[in-house]
Amino acid sequence: MTREVMEYDVVIVGGGPSGLATAIKLKQLNADVNVCVLEKGAEIGSHILSGNVFETRALDELIPNWKDLNAPIKTKVVKEKFLFLGKKNSFSWPTWLLPKVQQNHKNYIISLANLCRWLAEQAEVLGVEIFPGFPASEVLYNEDGSVKGVITQDMGLDKEGNKKEGYEPGMELHAKVTVFAEGCRGHLGKQLIKKFDLDSGKDPQQYGIGFKEIWKIDEKNHQEGLVMHTAGWPLDKNTYGGSFVYHAENKEVYLGYVIGLDYKNPHLSPFDEFQRFKTHPVISKMLEGGKRISYGARALIEGGFQSLPKMFMPGALLIGCDAGTLNMPKIKGSHTAMKSGIVAAETIIEHLNESKDLSIYEEKFKKSWVYKELFEARNVKPSFSWGLILGIIFTGIDQIIFRGKLPFTLKHKHADHETLKPANEMPVIDYPKPDNIITFDKTSSVYLTGTNHTDNQPVHLKLKDKDLPIRYTLDRFDEPAQRYCPAGVYEVQIENEVPKFVINSQNCIHCKTCDIKEPSQNITWVTPEGSGGPRYGNM
Amino acid sequence: MKILVAVKRVIDYNVQVRVKEDGTGVVTDNVKMSTNPPDDNAVEEAVKIKESGKAKEIVAITIGEEKAQETVRKALAVGADRGIHVKVDGVVEPLAVSKILQKIVDKEKPDLVFMGKQAIDDDCNQTGQMLAALLNWPQATFASKINVKESSLEVTREVDEGLETIEVNIPAIVTCDLRLNEPRYASLPNIMKAKKKPLEQINASDLGVDTKARIEQIKVEEPPKRKAGIKVANVSELVQKLKNEAKVI
Repeated sequence: MTREVMEYDVVIVGGGPSGLATAIKLKQLNADVNVCVLEKGAEIGSHILSGNVFETRALDELIPNWKDLNAPIKTKVVKEKFLFLGKKNSFSWPTWLLPKVQQNHKNYIISLANLCRWLAEQAEVLGVEIFPGFPASEVLYNEDGSVKGVITQDMGLDKEGNKKEGYEPGMELHAKVTVFAEGCRGHLGKQLIKKFDLDSGKDPQQYGIGFKEIWKIDEKNHQEGLVMHTAGWPLDKNTYGGSFVYHAENKEVYLGYVIGLDYKNPHLSPFDEFQRFKTHPVISKMLEGGKRISYGARALIEGGFQSLPKMFMPGALLIGCDAGTLNMPKIKGSHTAMKSGIVAAETIIEHLNESKDLSIYEEKFKKSWVYKELFEARNVKPSFSWGLILGIIFTGIDQIIFRGKLPFTLKHKHADHETLKPANEMPVIDYPKPDNIITFDKTSSVYLTGTNHTDNQPVHLKLKDKDLPIRYTLDRFDEPAQRYCPAGVYEVQIENEVPKFVINSQNCIHCKTCDIKEPSQNITWVTPEGSGGPRYGNM
Repeated sequence: MKILVAVKRVIDYNVQVRVKEDGTGVVTDNVKMSTNPPDDNAVEEAVKIKESGKAKEIVAITIGEEKAQETVRKALAVGADRGIHVKVDGVVEPLAVSKILQKIVDKEKPDLVFMGKQAIDDDCNQTGQMLAALLNWPQATFASKINVKESSLEVTREVDEGLETIEVNIPAIVTCDLRLNEPRYASLPNIMKAKKKPLEQINASDLGVDTKARIEQIKVEEPPKRKAGIKVANVSELVQKLKNEAKVI
């Protein structure tokens, strides 16, 4: 099939912090470079979900006068708490005993979605062309094997892939350099890592699933600028995870939970752990009289330094969390993602002007502060594979005494899809029923995300073997997709006593957890029709 | 023939609308906005008529704040030729909208004015009718099929009893139903081209139209929560409950 073609100097896939930083920096360095950004969400920000306590370092470099330009970065962190939770009690860890990376007094509580909307405005002023609602669905290659560009998703196909009335074929975007900035587990990034063997010699990537709710709470419980993190209950000590509670402006609290996707018990339901967490007296008291106004979830990178793939390949760069630049002990990835984008732009300009090879990215990246940060943070996450207590003790030694400079690097041993134990060997977890005041079910939660996919389009969650869920996964792991999916996309329904695997793809909030955790890697997330997915507001 | 199509910027239909705490309205900050869905049908129909050779020019118009322009750009991306943005901040009631449209009609002299049957934000369903009255033009509302004839339109209307077909003389106002057509997707090259199409900006005050609100809004509140449903064992229990508890039969 011949498709329409558009030519650009640089095509950026993904309108998040790394992609937008690349676009802005490119235009700052050379206003004549023509740059376009493709974004699968209905608008910039609608697929962005993050805590977020923001370190301004990268933004200070990119747009030093961001305050004058009214960036949505207003709430300074004024107080910090770290709590260990037991079932009913809590123990507060003195903040002066926290590693430096976990101290936030110079940072801001922000909505990353709003920051991205603002960044997009800055980019457009500089002449960047931004196309929301256009997912990049395929990578195009030149004859010599280098990346040539991408194809945008076809619009107007029915369930069987036939053309509906109004069918609009995707088009080819050709670029001198294509930048992949899709965020964690980008579906093209995943293909590129494999094709160019970018992760050769690296540890398997590690992921987490992060939930976030925004609550409007009673004035008397609200302390603008308070940042609180918790570890412990409701997770058992062998499951990596914890909560964040950020008191933002307008009496809003950003409340969230992150669970490492290397958990072992297939009966574990990350969604229900998060809901249960809110029933802890410390949290339920704060939420009393409040109202939940938003919900969402997204997978995030936890592998850090050891798992970071090579970020360049012929014709393209892989940046931000599409590669995996999040700093796990810092619980922050926005500033590192943006910096990786700034470095990408500098690389591209030298490549275009002086024909330097894109491999100069590596050297530039190694010289940047991101590399140093990730290096020093590298041993924290793997140490928690020994359990919470040993992890904390080791992290204290590694981060407070040695500041991440211990002369060895711990390894991530397993990919997250390999860690589940058979269902019959692990305890079933009895989660409490939602009370619809503080805790909720998945259906009413997904409703708040504004998620929609046009009816009658191909299912964008592909099964390699469509019988495997019932034939194997149900029996061995009690089909964990029913539980790890935060949106209730996967169900096992019993029809005439025969179990049937159902995919409600219209509910998908694009978190990518299934693509990561499915024990046989049987589920592949591909792009649905443009604008599909959640419509997050200020997440 | 020239067609004027009116489009309105509203909260996207997928967004769960939230009432402001102080009851003065609904939350629109950082909320995804889109073109009012039946307005998309109106644009699509105009483009189809132009493609069939029966219209020469399509002018898309919107009334509202600065960002309302996006809806005109979208109309331009799917086939409208040029755009008009009448700038007004705040809520503009249907009567003021109709009066503004009347001024634009006087200036542009279109043969047809298309718009959605109603906007999904205020659900007023008044603008088309009021404009018809102001212009003294015939109106065809809730159109689900339009057949353009020599100097008239044959319009099938979605009415409570089913479908009604009427004929109106041109010039006329048509308000469009969602079943009229399937709006097309805007392609990337057309979105690019749309950025270069002319878009005229006019201040509502320059048109001499008073846009002051005539309706006093007292309070906006959420609808009451629906009670949980119950399961009944059999038909007779259902009938009994409908009779005695719900008192609907």
